Parts: sequence; C-alpha cells; structure tokens
Amino acid sequence: MTASTLLIAVPVAVPLLAAGLSLLLSPFPVVQRVLGVTVLAAVLLDAAVLLVHVDRSGTQPLHVGGWEPPLGITLVADRFSALVLLVSALVCLVVMLYAVGQGTAEQRVENVPSVFHPTYLVLLAGIALVFLTGDLFTLFVGLEVMLMASYVLITLGATAERVRAGMTYIISSLTASILLVTTIGLVYSTTGTVNLAQLSEATADLSAGTRGLLGLLLLVVLGIKAAMVPLHWWLPDSYPTAPVPVTAVFAALLTKVAVYAIVRTQTLMFPQPEPWTLLLVLSAATMLVGVLGALVQDDVNRLLSFTLVSHIGFMLFGLALSSVAGLTGVVLYLVHHITVQTALFLVSGLVERERGTVSLRRLGGLASTAPLVAALFLLPAFSLGGVPPLAGFIGKLALLQAAVARATPLVLAVAAVVLLASLLTLAAMTRLWLLAFWRHPAEPVAESPAQRAGEGEIPLASARLMRASAAAAVLVGLLLVAAAGPLAAFSQRAAADLADRASYRGAVLSGEAG
Amino acid sequence: MNATNLTLSLVVGGLFAGGVHLLLQRGLFRIVLGFVLLGHGANLVLLIAGGPAGAVPEVGEADPAAASDPLPQAMALTAVVITFAVTALLLALCDRSVMLYGDDEVRDDVEDRLLARQERQGEET
Repeated sequence: MTASTLLIAVPVAVPLLAAGLSLLLSPFPVVQRVLGVTVLAAVLLDAAVLLVHVDRSGTQPLHVGGWEPPLGITLVADRFSALVLLVSALVCLVVMLYAVGQGTAEQRVENVPSVFHPTYLVLLAGIALVFLTGDLFTLFVGLEVMLMASYVLITLGATAERVRAGMTYIISSLTASILLVTTIGLVYSTTGTVNLAQLSEATADLSAGTRGLLGLLLLVVLGIKAAMVPLHWWLPDSYPTAPVPVTAVFAALLTKVAVYAIVRTQTLMFPQPEPWTLLLVLSAATMLVGVLGALVQDDVNRLLSFTLVSHIGFMLFGLALSSVAGLTGVVLYLVHHITVQTALFLVSGLVERERGTVSLRRLGGLASTAPLVAALFLLPAFSLGGVPPLAGFIGKLALLQAAVARATPLVLAVAAVVLLASLLTLAAMTRLWLLAFWRHPAEPVAESPAQRAGEGEIPLASARLMRASAAAAVLVGLLLVAAAGPLAAFSQRAAADLADRASYRGAVLSGEAG
Repeated sequence: MNATNLTLSLVVGGLFAGGVHLLLQRGLFRIVLGFVLLGHGANLVLLIAGGPAGAVPEVGEADPAAASDPLPQAMALTAVVITFAVTALLLALCDRSVMLYGDDEVRDDVEDRLLARQERQGEET
C-alpha cells in the first residue's frame, strides 16, 4: 500500500463507506451534515494531492486486491482524470453546503427520513469511480452507481412532478445502460479483454468494420448519457423539477462524466488520424439545437438545461478534431463548464427563493430587489457566452485555435457554428437578464419571499449559507481565469497524455510511470 | 474465436425484440417488463462473449485451459444485480405513480405542452 495507491482508492472507497454510515445516522441530521461535508472536504484534499502527485510522477495505476490485468479491476489516475476529479469534488462540496443551507435533506415525506445525504455520497463515489477506472466494465459499474444515486435524487420526495420527470430520466438512462452492457459484451467477445490499456492494443488488430461498429456503439450509448443531439431529448424534461442542489450537481457533473467517458474510450480505443466527420456534424447539431431551444424557453431551469446541451457540443467538437490541441480545448472547456453550470443553477435557486417562481413571464425587476443575485448571475452567464476574459472565452479560444490548426473545410464550417452558438448563447442569456432582472416586475412582488405554501421561514443563517455557496461557485469560475496560464499548460500536458497511448499502456501494464 | 452458439444468439434476438416492443408502450409497468427482458438479453450477450462452455472455472477443479472463461460470468453477475436493483426502483416508481395519478402512464412534459400552446395562441413572450 504505497501513498499513490491510497490516494487513488480514497475518492471511491471513503464516500461509499461514509454513505453507509450516513444512512445509520439518519436520526441525527446535524451529524449527517457534518459527516457529509467532512468527507467531501477530505476527497477534495485527496484529489488535490493526487493531481500534484500525478503531475510530478506520471500516470499511476492501482490494481485492486493485487490482481493484475486482465483479471483484476484496475484504477488509473492520469492528469486528465485527476483534474476533473478535483473540480468535481470542489463542485460537490459547494453544492453540499448550498443543500445544507436550503435544507434539502429536511424535506420529509410522510415521516420517512430523507436519504439525501447518503445518496449524495454514493453519487460522488460513482463519479470518482468513472474518472479513475482503467477498464470498460468498471466504467459501466461506476456509471451505474452514479445513475442509481441520481435516480433516487431526482425523485427525492416523490412529488407528482418529480415522479413524471423521473420516469423519463430513468427510462432513458436505463436504456443506455443496458445497451452499454451489450456493447461491452461485444467488445469482450471480439478482443477477449475489457482492460482499457489492453484494448488500446487489441482494437488495432480488428477489421476496420468491426472497429467502426464498436466505436459507434460506444459513442451512441455514452452519447445518450452525455445528451448529444439527437440523443438529448430526456435532459430538459427531467432536470428542472428536481430540488435545486440536485439539479445543479446533475447539470455540472452527470453529462460531463459521460463526456469524459467518451473522450477516454475514443482516444484510447479508437484513435482517429484525421478529424472525425461524423462527430463534427453531430457536435455542430448539438450546439445549434441546444442553443435554439434555449432561446424560446420560459422556465429558467429549462433554459439553462438547453444551454447545457448546446455546450456539450463544444467538447465533442474538440474531440472530433483528433489533435492534441483539440483535446486541450476539451479539457479546458470541461473544467469551465462544470463550474459555470453549477453557478448558474445555484443562482436560479436563489431566484426561486426570492420570488417563488422561475417562470420568465412572471419574473422581473430582480436587479433592483436582489442586486447580489443579479451580480452572481451575470458573471457565469457571460462566461458561458464566452465573453473575454472569463473562463468560457479561454476554452472557446483553445478550441478555435485547434480548429484553425486543422483547417479542413468542414472543420472551419463547424468552427463558424461554434462562434454562432456562442453568440446565440449570449443572446439567450441577455434575454434571461432582460426579462428576469432588468424590466419592471410583471406582477407585484410579494413582501416576504419565504411566505410560500409548504415552506416555513428559512432562518437567516441558512439563507446566508446559500448565498455564500452560490457566490463560491461563481468565485471558482473566476479562479479559473486567475489560474488560466497554469491551467492551460496543465491541460496541454493532460491532452498530450491522452494522445500518448503507449505511456498509458506502459504505466498500467508494466508498472513503469509514464 | 470458436463458433457462436446459435440457440443463444436467437434467444438474445428474441429477448431484445420483445424488450424493445414493451419499452415502446405507454404504461410504466410494461416498460419495466421490457427492461427485464432487455436485461436478460444483455446478460446472455455477456455469457456468449465468454466463448464455448467448459469445465467449472474453480482453482483445483479443472485445468485452466479446459475451463470456461470466468470473467464474463463475473460481469453477468454484476449486471444481474444492477438490473435487479433498478427493477425494484422502477416498481416503486410505478406504485408511486398509481398513488399520485391513479395510473402508471408515462406522461408528456408539461412545459413542452405549455410552449406549444403559447405558440398556437401567438402570445408575446
């Protein structure tokens, strides 16, 4: 048990153990909260140390139980996975604090204690497992752990609305999961292994047709989970109804975990020498469909969900370029997108607390009644639209530079779509700003925001905690800008790692750090 | 690779066909049954992926070359557990839906319909 194996094991094992403990602690909500926040802080610290360690000494494997591949379960930490793990842990912690402030876990149904805390920890464990996994089947297990937790979270409290939305979400996700198992079965039958490092060699021996088929199957099943157009239908219908913290963490992480899985599997197993035409077209469609959907929504959360779909396209575009520069853009954009979506959804939650509605027709004048919320909204909204010097601009710039370096006519056409989608995102955000924050209120504003059906007065301390954590989410986005130089350099190294399959293989199979 | 078992392949095809057919129904309970079928189909795919049947893959029981591949069996086992858990969750959701709505129909999205109605009324947004 060396230091590095311990570092890799903690993000998966500790949240799972803590989830069990948390379930036992249901009668003591305060202890539950302390436990949750402590565990998340520990995972965050662990991820930070892991990141530094991996950056210094290269890709680190962990063979669980000492079983070597292809028999054992392998966990691998490289620069890319360590970075996304760090950002995810940070986001989870911020959202957890927000949830504590909002009292999400206290919303009981018929005296059944809420399972928010244990489930949330299971969610984190699943996410960490997907990021750190070194074989295809464990990737599926990680996704499944994460999704099981998300099924419970999205139907939290089981109100009529959530049950309806939960059905759509669960059925779509489950279909993707079953197809993923089938795909893994096909991969195993053609190659005889599910270890990613071994697959990266084994896929080279397959016929072009088989490789193409397996690559496509993986893209489709993970594309459903990543909300890639035309497989995005479920997302805007299911996210908006869940409690705010849940929606925020879903929007930030679930689709990005799938994007991570797409990047990981495609770069390792099916590397493309040339820009990938199919994925380029799909990414363009994703960008446009998402943003056009966002322009006509009335519900703020649905609007944000559509922008989320749109920006998945940006990451797919970076992957489709099949170059180190493109992958650098993907890594940068992924990190930016996780933070910005969290911030926006948390702010939307603040708006809902302020007015009791998130319908654009009924909102208005928030800029004068809640200037802090307005300010917190503006920064991530501009970042999403790609206004310099915010983080979104840095990510988009990296992607466009990569596109110019790859200049085929199709790539340039899709790069134009990137610009157009950014502009339209800005337009959607401006529309949101004008309708919700700027114009005179559409209807008289109630005196006290807390006087709503089914909710008592929220104590001032909790309201402060909610605002503080939303502000923290926005601040993380600004930190990305402050650290733009080192972050870009790191992303470049991470992308070079992704493109360099031989060192990944060496690190996993023969134990020499690559 | 040896020849694939034709019977199993046909069974997988049948299970997938039936599962997809049930998935496309309106009632959640039928969809759950569809998932059960699909899950079985996927597990059989994993089983077929392991190649032909052999001796029991236990240490000391048979020589490793003659034993069947244990890895897909372990994977199928994991997949069975996951399918089982999700089925239980879906049945709970069915029950809840019947309690709330009186039936288990999977409904259209409210917001979509609202937007469509706005469209028809030509309302200013």
